[in-house]
Order: sequence, then C-alpha cells, then structure tokens
Amino acid sequence: MSEIVKFTIDGKEYEGVKGQLLVEVAAEKGIYIPVLCHWKGVKPAGSCRICSVKVNGRFMAGCTTPLEADMKIENDTPEILDIRKAIVEMLFVEGNHFCPSCEKSGNCDLQALGYRYQMMVPRFPYEFERRDIDASSPKLIIEKNRCIFCKRCVRMIKDEQGKSYFAFKGRGKHLQISLDKKLAVTMSEENAHKAMDACPVGCILRKEVGFAVPIGKRKYDHVSIGTDIEKLNK
Amino acid sequence: MQKVTIEPVTRVEGHGKVTIQLDDNMNVTQTRLHVVEFRGFERFVQGRPYWEAPVLVQRLCGICPVSHHLAAAKALDVIVGAGTGHGLTATGEKMRRLMHYGQMFQSHALHFFHLSSPDFLLGYDADPAIRNVIGVALNFPDLAVQGVMMRKYGQEIIERTAGKKVHGTGAIPGGINKNLSIEERDYLLHGADPLNIKKMVEWADSALQFFKGYYMKNRDFVDNFAYFPSNHLSLVRKDGALDLYHGVLRAVDTDGNRILNDVDYQEYNKYIEEEVRSWSYMKFPYLKHLGKEKGWYRVGPLARLNTCDFIPSPMAQKEFEIYKAHTNGKPNNYCLHTHWARLIELLHSAEVIQDLLNDPDLQKNDLVVKGTKGNEGVGLIEAPRGTLFHHYRINKDDQIEMANLIVSTTNNNEPMNQSVNFVAKKMMNGQKEITEPMKNAVEIAIRAYDPCLSCATHALGKMPLDIKLVGANGEVIDHYKS
Ligand code: SF4
Ligand code: SF4
Repeated sequence: MSEIVKFTIDGKEYEGVKGQLLVEVAAEKGIYIPVLCHWKGVKPAGSCRICSVKVNGRFMAGCTTPLEADMKIENDTPEILDIRKAIVEMLFVEGNHFCPSCEKSGNCDLQALGYRYQMMVPRFPYEFERRDIDASSPKLIIEKNRCIFCKRCVRMIKDEQGKSYFAFKGRGKHLQISLDKKLAVTMSEENAHKAMDACPVGCILRKEVGFAVPIGKRKYDHVSIGTDIEKLNK
Repeated sequence: MQKVTIEPVTRVEGHGKVTIQLDDNMNVTQTRLHVVEFRGFERFVQGRPYWEAPVLVQRLCGICPVSHHLAAAKALDVIVGAGTGHGLTATGEKMRRLMHYGQMFQSHALHFFHLSSPDFLLGYDADPAIRNVIGVALNFPDLAVQGVMMRKYGQEIIERTAGKKVHGTGAIPGGINKNLSIEERDYLLHGADPLNIKKMVEWADSALQFFKGYYMKNRDFVDNFAYFPSNHLSLVRKDGALDLYHGVLRAVDTDGNRILNDVDYQEYNKYIEEEVRSWSYMKFPYLKHLGKEKGWYRVGPLARLNTCDFIPSPMAQKEFEIYKAHTNGKPNNYCLHTHWARLIELLHSAEVIQDLLNDPDLQKNDLVVKGTKGNEGVGLIEAPRGTLFHHYRINKDDQIEMANLIVSTTNNNEPMNQSVNFVAKKMMNGQKEITEPMKNAVEIAIRAYDPCLSCATHALGKMPLDIKLVGANGEVIDHYKS
C-alpha cells in the first residue's frame, strides 16, 4: 500500500505518494522541475543537476530524491532559477553548440532551457574542446561536440542481451560518448530511432533525415519547454 | 607612379577597397578591386553531414541566403539520386521555385529602392549626406514605402516556403519539407493591400517604368557611364528561356556568338577555371577554352538578358523586347543597363510568383524523392547577383569531404575590375586628388553589379569606402575615408 504524505512546494501544500521521485510528483501537480538526464522509468542518474531544488533548506537533485512526509521543497525561487541558468550555461560552454545549423534546433531540450532561462551570454568562458564526429556507423551520426553527458543513451539503448550500444570513454575533460562500432552495424531501425529520441540534444542523429520537420512544426517552436506540465496547473 | 586607393565601398554588401595606380604624369595605369576578407566556408563544411550544407552554408550571407540554401540543396539532390532540376516532385520543385523567385523579388526590390534609387532620384552628384535611402524616404515617401513593402512581400514568401524570413530550412536533399497551405497561399494571393501579388506586379511594373523614364532623360549619362565589351554567362532553360532556378549553362561573347553552348553544369569544371591573384582573396573565374585574358565573363541581370532568348512571362517579355531593341538584339554591354535588366527580372519574378500561387501542385503532399546515392553533386542557381555554383563531394560515411563554391560576385570579379578601370581612366587621368564625383563614379561602377563581397570571399561584413592616392614611391598623396 502506498503511503500518502503531505509536503509543500514553494509554500503551497500538496499530498503525494511517499517514495515517488520529486520531479515526477511535481509534474503530477502541474509544477515543472526541468530535467535533462532523467527519463521516466529509467534508473535515475542525477548527473546533470538541472533539477536542483532545495529540500528543507538543502540542495538536492529532484530526479533522485524520493518524496517524504513534510518536505519543504523550494523550486521557483530566484536563487534556484539562477543556479539552473548557470548549469545551462555550463553545458553550453563545455561543448561546441552552433544552434543555427544544428538539426536538433527547435527540438532540443538544452536549447529550450536556454530560452526558458533567458540565457544571453554565458558567465563562464568557452572551453572550445576539440571533439570529432563519429559518422562511421550505418544509421547514426554521433556529433560529440553537442553531448551533455546525460548518459540517457548508455542507460536506455541496449541490444537483446542487454548490452549497451553506448559508453563513455576517457576521463575528466576528455570524457567522450562513444558508440560501439561492432554493435552499431547490426543496430535495428527501432533502436536507432529510440537513441535519437532519447538524446536531449543534437548529439545522436539519424542519418539523412535532418531538417525534415519544417520550422513551425518543431517541438518548441510555439511553446516553451515545461508548458505541457504547467498547463495542468492552469 | 601614383596610386589611388578607395576603400571600403558604400551601399555594397561586404568589404573591399580600390587601388588606382597612376604613372608620373598622373595617368591611370592599373586598377584593382581588392577583397581583403576571408571566411573559408569551403573549409569548415568539411566533415559535416551532407544534409547540413543547405542550412549551414547559407549563413555566408544575410542578403540572399536562399540562393545558397537552394544551390546546396540542388547539389545534394544529385547526391541522393533525385536528379537535377526536374527530378523532384512537382511540389518539391515548385515550392523551391516559389522560394527562389520570392527571394529574387525581395533582393531586386532592395537593390533598386534602397541601394540604387538614391542615385537616380536625387542625382549621382547630389550631396552624399542626402543621397541615400533616408534621402529617398524624405523626398519620395511613396516610393520608399513601395520598396519596403516589396521587400516585405518577398520575405513573406520566403517565410512560408523556407520556414523563416532569413536562414530557413525548407529545401532538403531530394525536395522540400513543407507544402504551401491554402491559408498561406491565400495570404500571398489576396492579402490586404499592398501585400498581395496583384499590387506587387503593379509596383514592379511601375518601378520599371520609372527607370525607363529616368533613362530617357539621362540617356547619355547612362549609356556612357561604363561601357565595355565582355562575355556573358548564365543558366538558361533548355529552350532558351530565362530561368532563374534551373537550366543549362550558356555563354555568349560580346557579339552574341555562343561560346558555351547549353552544357550540363554537372561538368562545370570542364569549362570553368578559377585563377588566384595574390592581391585579392576573391578568385577570378574564366572559360577554360578561351584562356585567362579572353575567357572572363559577366553574370547577373545584364548577362542573363544577354544569354536568354526570351522571357516566359507576358509583361516581362514585352519589356524584354523593348530592352533588346535598344541594342538591336545584340548583347548589351552598358554597365548601368544592369539596373534596367534587374527591373525586368523584378517584374518577371512577380509574374512567376503569381503563376505559382495559382498552381494546385503547391498544396500536394509528395515532397521528397530519393534514388541511387552517389558521392558528388553540383548545384547551380541564378542568384539575384548572378550564377552561383555549389559543388560537394561526400565520403562513405555521409560527411562532406570537398566543397567548392563560386559565388556570383566572384564570377563578376574581373568585370568589376574592368568597370573600375574604365571609370578611373575616364575620371582620374591627370588628377592629383580624389574629388567627390570621382569617388562616386567608382562606387557606382561597382554597385551596378550589386556585389556581395562578403559572400564572394565567404567573408562577413559591411562595405563602407576609403580611397588612397599613392605616389610613385609609395607615398600617400591623398586619402579619403567615409
Ligand atoms: S544540441 Fe541543442 S543546444 Fe546544441 S547546437 Fe544543437 S540545438 Fe543548439
Ligand atoms: S549522446 Fe546524447 S544521450 Fe548520450 S550522453 Fe550524450 S547527450 Fe546524453
């Protein structure tokens, strides 16, 4: 039996199922806590920290923290919003993002968060890290310049034996996402599709279909990210 | 020896400077239009996935990005096995045509109303402080409004075909990513005045009649301003009609003899070579079989109306006949007649847009075709400023491994140098200082080509003006800077 507990978000009282992840509880109440690495149903990684909230005065990742009774959650405060904006800026300066010619533009969660938090110029210096493109597999292009290391692909895209197609290589500054060359050869259409959809940015791309969706019909052309959740509250 | 340098040139897109070399008697011995910026798009598309090219490379230019967008897409059509030009679905080809003629319309309108009309309306010798688009707006408010609205109309077309007014994504390899909805069509056909096609045809015609009126009064000046013989090159439709989107390559010499006879542009490098000269980042293309000295050619409105046999729309064809009669059917080599030719094309574009908007193919859903994939393709288009070449080769992983772009202004490099030379000789022989009329004359000669120098070197920037007069031993005798 699930236990119902009381909690507050930004001072407003709610009830929810104990143990449920904060990002998901909030979403049910029509409150948007942004996520990049999180994917419902997949083991949380807590790696991007864009979902940072304050719980009883302490910073926690909303995607890894289960709900408990009497939690006082802060979400929509100037302090938290600025931290999220800073994280978005960090992700931008760490990779090489040239949105104008990126086919994920308009469908990209990172770009959409940049708009949502009104990022103009990042407060951090650009890294200009040199990363290459891996175009050697038949169905996918891996544009490593755009990877934000959310690990969704590693966690989600597996073959029948449960082996991951994707893995991280290198360490620290030189960490890179890589696609297993041998496995990639036999990757199914379905998995290729899933991989591209799982990637929140324009790093994993299906070959030869770029720009097929016209401007105006892309995910974030008319609504900003999070509005689908927030409209439950209206 | 003396040297005059003019840099950068105003009301021209991009950045360049002019040097005029004088001998000890102050006679012009040599002129050079230097283009000193370098951008290197050909290099940085290498390694990119090929389908990115139409979106990426169009960023060469904010004035006619659609031309780059479409030329790249046409080259990629060949690579994805959709053939050239007519290989696409009717909707694919016609949507792209609509985008292109919309762009032609807005670019030609911009050039006429904003860039060259100040010279016609206010006089070539008027004070530069008023001889600009603001001066036009103050003195001829109705015309200024027309210019703004015609440009806007063209951009509305671009937005509905490419998705955005500037730097859209409409053309994709093998076709287009959207059709034209009934609402979009009706907006363009029957929008509230003046933003509807009927008004646009009317205004395009009145701009042309205005120019002809000006010409009748200033015939001597216009005819004698910069006249020099040259070859002319453009695409023409297979039957010889003016076609700005697709065709075969044709070139004629100054007497109208065919020197390139309707060849397939996939093989352009069999016919065209590009020369590099140390003093400019802009290359000098020429027809191989005629050599560097004799093989250079002009492109753009003047060239197009010299190569084509007729214009496939009634109002423009009538005007074409009047225009051709002026040179007894022979090629027109009067530099300033480019403005006349441009306005005939403006009218033609409006007529083509009107036909396309009434074509039900634009509402169909069959948007993309693909066939047997190849690894190399060439796409040509008649951009507002002239023939534009895009050539790509890809590797087995779908990455671009080679790109070559010959943009309109590069094709016009030698002609612009020739025009400057002509004008400089006429105006500057025996002069010790740069006067306002001299400076203007050089600018006007360059501006007739509507050059986009940033594109031509794949460089970024705007083009103001600076003139230097340098003595025999390299000393600066006079220096003008705007
Ligand atoms: S992945 Fe997103 S943020 Fe990065 S370039 Fe593409 S659209 Fe921009
Ligand atoms: S490739 Fe995409 S899904 Fe995978 S870690 Fe990078 S950003 Fe995340």
